[in-house]
Amino acid sequence: MGGLQAGAIDRAEHDHALWEKRVDALLVVLSKKGLMTVDELRRNIEGLGAQAYDGMSYYERWMYAISQTLIQRGVLTVDEVGMRLAALEKRP
Amino acid sequence: MSAAFPARFRPGDRVRVRLAHPPGHVRTPCYVRGKPGVVERLCGAYPNPEELAYARSGMPRQPLYRVRFEQCALWPNYQGDARDTLDVEIYQHWLEARE
Repeated sequence: MGGLQAGAIDRAEHDHALWEKRVDALLVVLSKKGLMTVDELRRNIEGLGAQAYDGMSYYERWMYAISQTLIQRGVLTVDEVGMRLAALEKRP
Repeated sequence: MSAAFPARFRPGDRVRVRLAHPPGHVRTPCYVRGKPGVVERLCGAYPNPEELAYARSGMPRQPLYRVRFEQCALWPNYQGDARDTLDVEIYQHWLEARE
């Protein structure tokens, strides 16, 4: 990637989890509503440090970048995201 | 169609990618910066993605070119065929004319 040594490519097919499909759909909805662009997605993903980038799966990076974009645009506040995450963590 | 910068290059023109490392979001890969290439085609003109990445309009639209590079010029000790080439799509503001 980006001209760096990357080794062999894993070409195995795999199914997507439901949450991954939802993340994908979320970006489509946000784009159609004019709330974010794929360019913002990419900028935020590229802004991840190498260690964080390698530690996340493909759609985990998307979720990170979507939440960052919505905070940057003022659609969501940091506190709203934090409160919601805390509530979800308490859910059985 | 909304306003676009006029296209400065035509297929066959010899160009060089600007050698620059601005601190923002950039769509020109590091490994082609400063390298010589030849315009293969004009792909169209599109809102500048380096501006769209910051939620701005990216207008006027920037011409986008497919630029062909010799692999030997890109990679030190390139092991493949000496005729191998690589096409990269690059926006006009990253290109300068070359003799």
